[in-house]
Amino acid sequence: MLESYLKERLQSRKILLMTHIVLGYPSFDESYEVVKAMVESGVDLMELQIPFSEPMADGPVILRANQEALARGAKVSQCLEFADRVCSEFSIPFLFMTYYNILFKYGVASFAQAMTHSGIGGAIVPDLPPEEGKDYLEAMEHNRLSPIFIFSPSTSLERMRFLASLTKGFVYCVARTGVTGAQTSFSQDLQSYLTRCRAATSLPLALGFGVKDRADIDFLTGKVDIAVIGTQTIRLIQEKGVGAVGNFIAGLR
Amino acid sequence: MHDRGYYEEFGGAFIPEVLHATFDELEEAFRDARHDPRFWQDYETLMSTYSCRPTPLTYAENLTEHFGGARIYVKREDLNHTGAHKANNVMGQGLLVKRMGKKRVIAETGAGQHGVATATMAAKFGFDCTIYMGEVDVERQRPNVFWMERLGAQVIPVREGTRILKDAINEAFRDWVTHMETTHYVLGTACGPHPFPEMVSYFQSIVGQEAREQILEREGRLPARVYACVGGGSNALGIFHGFMNDGVELVGVEAGGKGIQSGLHASRLSSPDASVGVAQGYKTYFLQDGDGQMRETHSVAAGLDYVGVSPILAALKHRGRVRFEAATDEEVVQALALTVRKEGLIPALESAHAFVQAFKEAPLLSSRDIVLINQSGRGDKDIFTIADAFGDPKWQKFIMDKGEKYRA
Ligand SMILES: Cc1ncc(COP(=O)(O)O)c(C=O)c1O
Repeated sequence: MLESYLKERLQSRKILLMTHIVLGYPSFDESYEVVKAMVESGVDLMELQIPFSEPMADGPVILRANQEALARGAKVSQCLEFADRVCSEFSIPFLFMTYYNILFKYGVASFAQAMTHSGIGGAIVPDLPPEEGKDYLEAMEHNRLSPIFIFSPSTSLERMRFLASLTKGFVYCVARTGVTGAQTSFSQDLQSYLTRCRAATSLPLALGFGVKDRADIDFLTGKVDIAVIGTQTIRLIQEKGVGAVGNFIAGLR
Repeated sequence: MHDRGYYEEFGGAFIPEVLHATFDELEEAFRDARHDPRFWQDYETLMSTYSCRPTPLTYAENLTEHFGGARIYVKREDLNHTGAHKANNVMGQGLLVKRMGKKRVIAETGAGQHGVATATMAAKFGFDCTIYMGEVDVERQRPNVFWMERLGAQVIPVREGTRILKDAINEAFRDWVTHMETTHYVLGTACGPHPFPEMVSYFQSIVGQEAREQILEREGRLPARVYACVGGGSNALGIFHGFMNDGVELVGVEAGGKGIQSGLHASRLSSPDASVGVAQGYKTYFLQDGDGQMRETHSVAAGLDYVGVSPILAALKHRGRVRFEAATDEEVVQALALTVRKEGLIPALESAHAFVQAFKEAPLLSSRDIVLINQSGRGDKDIFTIADAFGDPKWQKFIMDKGEKYRA
């Protein structure tokens, strides 16, 4: 199970790294190269984003990656095939990240089945609060998949407890309000929020939104269990190409 | 949130966690306002002193004679301040923003009407204002951009996606998740996450309340049919509200664009091309592909050029309470020309969709029947688009001369 994998891994590493890529961007072949480079340079788990035409919670960099992947014809079926391949070739856990319409149109139950079939461990669906997610939660439970919910700085302690009670594996804490890709200042202000997150759950905590370099990860070490690198690697691929990914990841820890 | 705002299977609130507390606050503020009898009174006073409420009901005598069937009446939402029904929703939300103590408003706009209305409200109430508008719409509705800027709003052209209304909505949400502490998002139509569909149609219900009283006063009986154009659905829900419990046939008219067969349209409820999905925070019929990716839409009327539709209308369609039809761009331009010539009324391109369907059906009804058309907005704001549609050579020459002068 995802939680036990993470806890075991945390015995030997002070902080784990989760990376985020958009499938089919710049192409499926390059997505594969990126996964390979990331796994080889020590990433502990990965979020694979299935592109969606209306990625409401994403900032300009990931938004454009979604649009380009779709413009080049990325299909949900190709994303599932891609998942089959990477899950069988690499031993780290992979999660899907996407918006609810992708699951809804596919059929939530069939989608969960397809995830299990591929070996995907769980999903992050940012526009699906648990109150709207009855079918999703049932399908995830039925297929023993981890639904991962999100805490934000505006989430009350009471609601954090409620969200954590439905989450499996780990909780994704967004470092600040806003969308992906903007600056986050990693300062002591984060501490009181993270203390609240910690008080709400014994699940591992991941922190994302704005994590970009080794200094950020050093700051987060000891405060959270997983650092999430999202926009920064996509930006890197845009600027320096797929080949730059391995060194970047290796230099983070 | 107390209630997730479902209408049959449609609606809901599919919002990112970061907005959860903001929506709780909004829902509560709206509930309190609704239960405060002073609130609606304040709203009516504002609309009768700052806008032109009650808007008149005009008997279209010449069109009635021309079609030789039902008596045609027109509800004049074009006579609102800023020129469309959009002002009703905007001023209502403005009063709510004051109650919530927020200082900044943001909005999306397609035709620019909602943007102008929001910028106007912000100027009057002293709020900061940012308007998101698709680049394509900035281009086709330039005069409205000019006015929004003069009114003190910052207009941000949206270059993402299809660069029209839905993309402007996404950008407004992105702003909101960053600034929700100080900012209220004035959504312009009866779409989006709960409580927006309910709230927007609540403010727009003033149209139907007035129209029902007015027609009873004038004719002593109810219309046989009521026609309204449908973008997101707010003007339609507004006028339909007055007749929901009567034996009146309600007809919503969507953008047929270049024809349903062409695929270039925005007909979600009147074509087989849409299917149920979840996007922009709510569940409804969307024009989308098999993977759930939103498709491009087309309409000559920017305000109807939208992939989704009010969940309340989707439910009314399921229940068979509202009939939906589509009008093509070409039909719209013809109906507009006829209305201008016969009545001296200039409906917006959006509103002209409702006229098209009423004109098709009026001749088939008896002279004892009444049909009521909601003229949701005025068309003089569409001067560039309408002049193009009419291919007016004198206008073209004027623009070219003007361009020469600017270049000099
Ligand atoms: C004049 C006018 N009518 C209708 C609409 C469509 O919106 P709704 O369906 O919400 O009334 C618009 C939208 O911009 C508009 O400007």
